Parts: sequence; structure tokens; C-alpha cells
Amino acid sequence: MADTTAGQMLTTADGRPLKQALARAQRRSRLRAIGLVAPLLVFIVVTFIVPIGQMLHRSFHNEGFTVHTDIGSGTRTPIMTDLAAWFDDNPRGVEPDEAAFSALRDGLVHLGELRAAGSAGTRINYGYAGSRSMFTKAARRADKLEPPYRDAFLDLDEQWGDPELWSVMRNATSSYTVDFYLAAVDLERNPEGAVAAVDENRQVYVKLFVRTLFLSVLITFLTFVLAYPIAHLLATLPLRYSNLLMIFVLLPFWTSLLVRTTSWMVLLQGQGVVNDALVGIGILADENRLQMMYNQVGTVVAMTHILLPFMVLPLYSVMRPINPSYVRAARSLGATSWTAFRRIYFPQTVPGIGAGALLVFILSVGYYITPALVGGADGQLISNLIAFHMQRSLNWSLAAALAAILLAGVLILYWLYDRLVGIDNLKLG
Amino acid sequence: MKMKSVLMASVFAGVTGAAMAEGEVVVMSWGGAYEKSQVEAYNKPFAAETGITVTMVAADNPATPLKAQVEAGNVTVDVADVEFSDAVRLCDEGLLEPIDHSILPPGDDGTPATEDFIDGALQDCAVASIVWSTAVAYNTANVEGTPTTMADFFDTEEFPGKRGLRKSAKATLEMALIGDGVPAGEVYDMLGTSEGVDRAFAKLDEIKSDIVWWEAGAQPAQLLADGEVAMTTAYNGRIFNAQVAEGQPFEIMWDGQILDYDLFVIPKGAKNPENALKYIVYSTDTKRLADQASWISYGPARKSSAAHVGLYSDGKTEMAPHMPTSPEALKNALVNDFEFWVDMDAELNERFNAWLAQ
Repeated sequence: MADTTAGQMLTTADGRPLKQALARAQRRSRLRAIGLVAPLLVFIVVTFIVPIGQMLHRSFHNEGFTVHTDIGSGTRTPIMTDLAAWFDDNPRGVEPDEAAFSALRDGLVHLGELRAAGSAGTRINYGYAGSRSMFTKAARRADKLEPPYRDAFLDLDEQWGDPELWSVMRNATSSYTVDFYLAAVDLERNPEGAVAAVDENRQVYVKLFVRTLFLSVLITFLTFVLAYPIAHLLATLPLRYSNLLMIFVLLPFWTSLLVRTTSWMVLLQGQGVVNDALVGIGILADENRLQMMYNQVGTVVAMTHILLPFMVLPLYSVMRPINPSYVRAARSLGATSWTAFRRIYFPQTVPGIGAGALLVFILSVGYYITPALVGGADGQLISNLIAFHMQRSLNWSLAAALAAILLAGVLILYWLYDRLVGIDNLKLG
Repeated sequence: MKMKSVLMASVFAGVTGAAMAEGEVVVMSWGGAYEKSQVEAYNKPFAAETGITVTMVAADNPATPLKAQVEAGNVTVDVADVEFSDAVRLCDEGLLEPIDHSILPPGDDGTPATEDFIDGALQDCAVASIVWSTAVAYNTANVEGTPTTMADFFDTEEFPGKRGLRKSAKATLEMALIGDGVPAGEVYDMLGTSEGVDRAFAKLDEIKSDIVWWEAGAQPAQLLADGEVAMTTAYNGRIFNAQVAEGQPFEIMWDGQILDYDLFVIPKGAKNPENALKYIVYSTDTKRLADQASWISYGPARKSSAAHVGLYSDGKTEMAPHMPTSPEALKNALVNDFEFWVDMDAELNERFNAWLAQ
């Protein structure tokens, strides 16, 4: 019986079992495919995934108050260990006693030796303004302080006794923290450990997230309204005219972003071309010039123009192959031109609308340079504050938290889009 | 034969590579007219005397790429030109090499360096080269009358028109308080209290709808030239450049100006630390600092340089009256309190951003 099965087994010409040969051939082709994809994969991992991962890691991981890394040698030294131990032993709400101040003093002496008081203070300063110099000053004098340390510290600066400061230090003794995410949505932890809103005059991020979403939706809608007729015209005109028109769409697309933004500044500013023209033909009095820049109007106008090609091109690519005889057939069967458009033409363009809207929306959510130049005070988007924390305040953890929230928001919207419209219905060109 | 030539070539490459590395220093600065003044006054003579090649790199604010480079362990600059509060902060965070002040040469009048440099110009990790100022400038073609005090800047009835201000809490809040009648000497004490901060924002509220915010140093001169604003705060060197090099009818009102320093620092992990130190020592001597002032109207950080400041590089404009450190300009001037800003930067900018977004 066994013999017959072996005899029936299929073999290749050189006598190897076919299954084996097939598996080997498949493995080889799979390896070849991986080999071909590998350069791109490595490129994406190195230039995209790793940096973004590192940045996101920063948003919940900050070692400013737990570990000091020496830049030259790379040696990592734990800092503030005694204080962390005191926090572990004493729950939140316990008044810092002499042991706590003694631990603080030892930690500061250590910081002074490591020259790390500045970075530790900076970490605390994110949560308690003004504490940075308290740390650098105290670290300079820590080894000369005499017990009782509580009084010695209060002599240096009365704020050392502030429960809020101790709460911030307690939070910072753990490298992993959600503090930056709290700050990114205008929340903070009060001394009792409960999450509470920050002062009204410091609330800004939620407002800007909402504004960013609102303006992005508005800009997406405006580009759609403007692009739909253009794309239709491009798709239906004879080729020689449509090619010319296409150049008008593509030329700004190929022009540098900065050039386009500054051109809008020339047009829109108080003494700019548009205002001059309106004053020249007598519509506006010279002293009533319109304020079209350094506000939301400027941001919306400039961004709509800049992002317009991203809507026109996908729309064009779905409209071009639509057979005109469908609409004609609908008309011949008695549909009005509106019905024919609504029920026959429009549904066929939906994949292009989806692709264009997604492109424009995602691009405008992260837009940075145009709002910075023409946005003034109320045309700022969340990306401008991310840039602020990257470049000026150097609070990269907060910048990372803001960016992570933005990224999560975009992914949620993408998921919603997939559920509602279906990502298979996307046609990018 | 082939083997040998390959070997020769690699040895040769190694040797030149080493020589190149020894003969180079990379300096990061702010670009524009300011960078040009450094190239002319420092880099060219330095390269000629020492044979060390100086490469200049521009950044919007060198402190940012510097922090990134040091933290990533891939430092490509040897010297960077940074603002005061950044120099102190980066130094405290251990990102900069300490600089021994005893290697700085005395002034040409023999004063030791530690006394020759103006107060605060020598920090643990930094040596100041210039004093610059944020001051109010206006276009005489668009302003009737002559604004003379910071209060005039905030008075849009007497002097109608838009106002340009830098989109940052620093300098803006101080000017608001000076404009509200607080003497320059008491500004930082007042800003340290919440009533003082409220008062500054209340003053800004008065003109909020008339403010055009700028960010890049080149913008204020453009805003003035376009007639977009009647008056604006600006870096004095940029206004000087527009006045003298471009012939614009601008004037600077020195009342309430805010002085700040730019300092040279060496990042930890710099590839050519010896050359970096040589460059800093060379560039901050009496003569070089005075020379730089003939290219841009920023004041030298050494007292002994003042006597040597002469004409602008066009050969006819007297520099002295254009300097933020001239006696006329210093009458009601405020020196930026770096410690205040290192501490309060985050808090006040947070509030400032929130105020802007309202």
C-alpha cells in the first residue's frame, strides 16, 4: 500500500519530489521580491518610521528628572534617586518633611557635581514656571546648606515649600508620564493628583485643534467647490484647449510654496494690489481698506489656492474616462439635466472627490508655513505651535505630544472615511 | 602595481583628510546682513592669518539645530552664534563646552578681558560678540509728527496706523509696560508679578486689532516699506541696513529699546574644538569687534572696541549714532534679563499664545 503511494508521488524531470521543487522555486522568488523591496523598506524605516517613533516616544518619556546622560561619554547616571524613594514611601498629599528636604538636598548636590541642575530644572519648569533658576541656584549652594534642610531651602526661596512644586516633582520622578499629553489638551494635575483644566488665560491648544479642524474642513470644501467645475471643463474640452488649461493648473503647482504665499501677500495686504484696485475704481474709501491678510481670511485664501491642484488632479483623472453617452442616455430617457448630473455623472466622480478631499484635508491639517506668514494672530493653526515648541521653547516632549494627538486625529478621520466611503473607492490619479 | 597605487591613494586620502579636518572650523550663524558682517570682519582675516578654512552655515535660530545635533551625537558645527537665554539654557543642560575666560586676550588698552567685556558678556560656556537691540522704527513718509516715547507707539489716536510687533512674549511684554509708563528699571520686577503680566496684556489689548505680527527679522523693514504698518519693533541692524544701504526714510526711536547679546558657543562633541576656540578668541578681540561694527550697526561687546568704531563700509556714514549703545540711545533702555526669560519663557509664551488665539 505504502509502495503504491510512493510510486504515485509526482516528481520533476530530475527525480525530485514536485512539492519540494515547487516550494524551493517559490522561496527563491519570494527572496527575490524581498530583495527588490528591501531598499525602499530600509529607506522608509530609517527616514520615516524610526524618527517618528523616536519623536512619539519623547511625548511620554522624559528623563529630565530621572537620568542624566553625559553628552561626551554617553554615561547614564540616575539622579534624584533618594527623592524618588521618598515619593514612593509617602503617598500624595503628605507634607514634605525633613527627610524629603534632605533627599532633595542630596539630589541637588549630585546635580551640581554632574552640572545637570539646568536640565533637571527645565523638566520641572515645564510644570512649575520659575523653578528652573530655583534649581540652578540651589544646586550651586546645596553643599553649603546646613540642616535643618527644610528651613535652609525656605530661606533660599519660599517657593520650595509650595505643594504644587512638590506635586510637579513627584510626577517628574517617573520617566514615563502623561503630563505632556495633559498639557497638550489644556489640562494639568493639581497638587491632589486630580486632573484639572489650566487657567483660562493659558488655555490655547484645544482651541487651536478645533480651529485647525474647522479651517481644514472649510478649505477642503472651498477647493472642492472651485475644483469641480475646473476639472469638469478640463475633462470635457477638446485636448488642445484642455492641455493649455492644464498648464494653468500645474504651473502654480510647480511653483515654490514660498513664492505663492508671498504673491498672496502682495495681492492681499493693506497697500496691496486688490485693495489698490478697489480704491482706484472707487468701491472703497482710502481709509477703509479691507483687512484681508494677517487673519483667518488670508490663511483660508492662500491655502485654498495652494491646495487647489490636489483637488483638481484626482477629479480630472476620474472625470476624463467617464463616457459622455451615459449622461446623454439619461437625458434621452427623460431626465432633467440636474437629475442626469445628480444620478449619473456625480456618483461616478465620487472616488475622485474622496481622494481629493482626503489629500487636501490631510495636507491642510499639518500646514505650517502659509499660516505662519499670512495668518497673523487668529489664522494660526496647531502646527504653528508645534513649530514653536520645536524651535523656540525647545520643549520637544510637548511638541511631540501635540503632534501625536494631531496624528491620532487624522488616523481616526481616515478610519471614519474608510467606514463611510470605503478606501477602495479612492482614486488618486 | 595596481595594489600599490590603491594603497598609495588611500594613504594619501587619509593624510589629506586629516589635514582638512585640522584646518577647518564650521560656524553657524543667522544669515543675511549679520552673517556678512561676520564673514568680512572675522572669517576672512582669520582664514588669512591662521590658514584655517572657515565654513559658514545659516540657521533661523542656531540654538535649535545645535540642540538636535548634540542630542543625536552627530555634531557638524564647531561654533554657533546664539541668543543670551539660549546660551545659558544650553550650557545648563550640558550641551556646550565650557570656555575658559583666561585665554581671551586683554583689550588693546591693556584692560583684562574679564573687565573689558561688558557686564554679562562672559558666561560659563559663551563669549558675547555683539549687543543688538529691539527698538521701535517708523517710516517718516507714513507718520505725521515725531514719536518720541514708547507711549507714542501704543497711542494709535495721536499716531494712526498699524503697529508691527514680534510674535513672541519676549520684548513685547516689556515694551507694553514701558509704554504704560513703567520705568525701564522696574519692568522685570513688575513682570514677575501676575498683576504686572495682566497690566502688560491689558496695554496690548488696547492696540490688539491694529497689530501686525512678524516673525522673521527681515519682515519689519518690508512692512514699513510697504506701508503695511506705521511703526514696528525691529532689530536695529535691519533698520540700519534699510536706511543706509537701501535709502529708506526710516527712523529708529530709541526710547524703551531692549538690548540683548549674541554669543559664541562651542557645542559638546564639536569635531574641531581647538579651532573653534581659536576662532572665538580671535573674533572677540578689540579690533575684530570694532571691525564688525563697520558692517552692521550692532554694538561691540568689549568696551575697548567702542573707540575704534568709525565709518560704515560705504566710507561715509558715521556708525556711532546708529549704535544701540550710543549715549543717546541708552537714555531709557532696558537690558534683557536672561534669567527672567530662561525661567518664565514657557509660562509667559503659553499665556501669550493663548492671548493671541482669543
